[in-house]
Amino acid sequence: MNLTSTPVRRQLSTPPVAASPFPLHPGSLLSVEDLSLADVSHILARATVLENMDPLLRDRILAKRRVALLFYESSTRTRTSFELAAKGLGADTALISSLSSSIEKGETLKDTGLTLRALGAETIILRHSSSGAPWLLEAATGLPVLNAGDGMHQHPTQALLDLRTMLAHLRPGVETVTAETLAGVTVTIVGDILHSRVARSNMLLLPKLGARVLLCGPKELLPDLAAQTGPGIAVERDFLAALGQSQAVIMLRIQAERLAGLQVDLEGYKTGYQLTQQRLAAHAPAALVLHPGPIIRGLELTAEVADGPQSLILEQVRNGVAIRMAVVERALTAAKEKGGRA
Amino acid sequence: MTALVIRGGYLIDPAAGVDGLRDVLLKDGKVAEIAAAGKLKLANGTESLDATGLVLAPGLVDMHVHLREPGQGYKETIASGTAAAAAGGFTAVAAMPNTVPVNDSPETTRWMLAPERGAAIRVFPIAAATRGSKGEAINDFAALKAAGAVAVSDDGRPILKDGIMRETLAAAARVGLSVIQHAEDTRMTQGGSMNAGATAFKLGLRGMPAEAESSIVERDIRLVTEMRDTRAHLHVAHTSTAAALAAVRQARRSGLRVTCEVAPHHFLLTEEHVGLYNTNAKMCPPLRSAADRDALIEAILDGVVDAIATDHAPHAVHEKEVEFENAPNGIIGLETALGLSLRWLHKEWKMPLGRVLSLLSAQPAALLGLKGRGTLAVGSFADMVIFDPKAEWTYRAAEGKSKSRNTPFDGWTMQGKVRWTISEGRIAYAAETA
Repeated sequence: MNLTSTPVRRQLSTPPVAASPFPLHPGSLLSVEDLSLADVSHILARATVLENMDPLLRDRILAKRRVALLFYESSTRTRTSFELAAKGLGADTALISSLSSSIEKGETLKDTGLTLRALGAETIILRHSSSGAPWLLEAATGLPVLNAGDGMHQHPTQALLDLRTMLAHLRPGVETVTAETLAGVTVTIVGDILHSRVARSNMLLLPKLGARVLLCGPKELLPDLAAQTGPGIAVERDFLAALGQSQAVIMLRIQAERLAGLQVDLEGYKTGYQLTQQRLAAHAPAALVLHPGPIIRGLELTAEVADGPQSLILEQVRNGVAIRMAVVERALTAAKEKGGRA
Repeated sequence: MTALVIRGGYLIDPAAGVDGLRDVLLKDGKVAEIAAAGKLKLANGTESLDATGLVLAPGLVDMHVHLREPGQGYKETIASGTAAAAAGGFTAVAAMPNTVPVNDSPETTRWMLAPERGAAIRVFPIAAATRGSKGEAINDFAALKAAGAVAVSDDGRPILKDGIMRETLAAAARVGLSVIQHAEDTRMTQGGSMNAGATAFKLGLRGMPAEAESSIVERDIRLVTEMRDTRAHLHVAHTSTAAALAAVRQARRSGLRVTCEVAPHHFLLTEEHVGLYNTNAKMCPPLRSAADRDALIEAILDGVVDAIATDHAPHAVHEKEVEFENAPNGIIGLETALGLSLRWLHKEWKMPLGRVLSLLSAQPAALLGLKGRGTLAVGSFADMVIFDPKAEWTYRAAEGKSKSRNTPFDGWTMQGKVRWTISEGRIAYAAETA
């Protein structure tokens, strides 16, 4: 078929795409795309301040403020660290999970959100299996919404805590970030990119600071068009070549719950993309190794690597609490009227 | 029945080749007489409408709407959907069979046509091609046609199996009905909620590839080619991709009876208009790439597209206020089709008014075989739209006649305001501020 047989005769003006009204609340954190470098710097700086603060003083910052954690998907790290973060600032928290609430009876996200608001929630932290759910919740409630992972789309606090982890090693002491902070740094994200909100969040955040992001994985888990997601992103299918260029490697789990019938040859996957101590030593002996968890030992990485000296997996978890304290504080202190971010 | 004269208007009737100031006399539901302005000899007291400065045109014909009755009256009824149609200048709509139950029987077809439904304008049912639109066993087309069906389609679903599609084309051809195909290879679109591509990837949504449409169109054209002698007529519903259009264009050059329609949202919007999960920009087929959209515009301008059809698909507010992937497909379109077509095809892209109106009336009427419609020649049905071609206005979905509000065009500027819609000589819609 010859698609070029009908050349467009003229340049036609067409209806513009309206500018996004989101986030509707300046305290919301829906996507890393909404964050300016100043916002990122603010969050990183507050994370450090709050982490180092006397817990008894910190406890007064959001004393008795109400934070709802609305979780439609299981979670260990994100849920616990958000809860510890909110409680660490003195807030009251309520956890609603899809399996022990009226969500089981068919209550919609909108109605659940309105119910939480009526119960006095001042911000909602949402984990949801559908991409875009936080935008719906924010529009329905008008509350600041913190996206704790939506489907295959975004997980902004994960990208921020990954950034804090990487900066601590690559740019120690740096908290005010600029478009050059990570110039010359290559970060490779490896594995199931297609189904990963962590990958999308990191690939959109890191290039803002000057980093180059390489995406690495097999075709069925990494379509070529992933490189078009934003600037500073490229696809490198050869894992060893990618490792050789990387100052940091983010390993991802194959998301069995999102494969939707896709068959992945696990032995072939391990042959191509498993991070082993041998590969690390040969190709990236100084690289930082990150993983958002949960890790599947023996699949995307070996136990030796997970427990090895280059692994920052548990440091990431610790950074999660600090980053989430900063974004919960931001959610409840950002002024709605001004549109200015606190 | 009383007579009605429309005075002082500018008549555009592309099918009859009329383009000028005319007075038109309507009598007994038909066009009785047409004469130069002021030349009609009228009985005293004949009712009249002053159409000075307005355009008179054949009532618009939408060959693709979902009126949701029977079964889903909370979304739309035949009464509310046809009221919306009348407000949009339509005098005839063809209603797709994906109702509850599916319109696959003469009983349901007749039920839809019964006066008790309260239709404001003419409804022409399109019957299901297969039993329950399941794509397995074809219906009795002769009986459906006798009950009033004007075409067959499993719209909402494709007729996927080669053998069933071949049988459908042949059986429909024998009774003189068109087969309207919803071209979507559902094996490629499972779980998809927007056009496949970089935008869907970025939004973390599963995609519906353009090939899912074009491969079915290409398959169907192969089938029509094999049965060239049967007068089989394939009509491609809501064509959305450059590749599908290219296939239709090629088939047309080979002299096959293959036609297609395009919806306003597909020639105006792209996948970028999904924005941040706007469920009122979710439909099937989905909004496509800019390259696809540009190819659609080009095909409309150069005549490959046979009709503009809205695919008016009402859904209740609560059904669309959900997670994007869980929201039902479809948007309403009857009250915006003319305003958008005039605003963009005519004003912006310089398509002659007569050609735009033909795509909205004469051509779809001909495709459905609606005799005496799509034209205002003497003796035709007195189906007419009278509109102010210069008026610009802002569409407010909340003020619409449809029961539903699911549209991406809320707040958009429209060109051309309908003043009166006349269905078989009767005023079916009159604007409040005439």
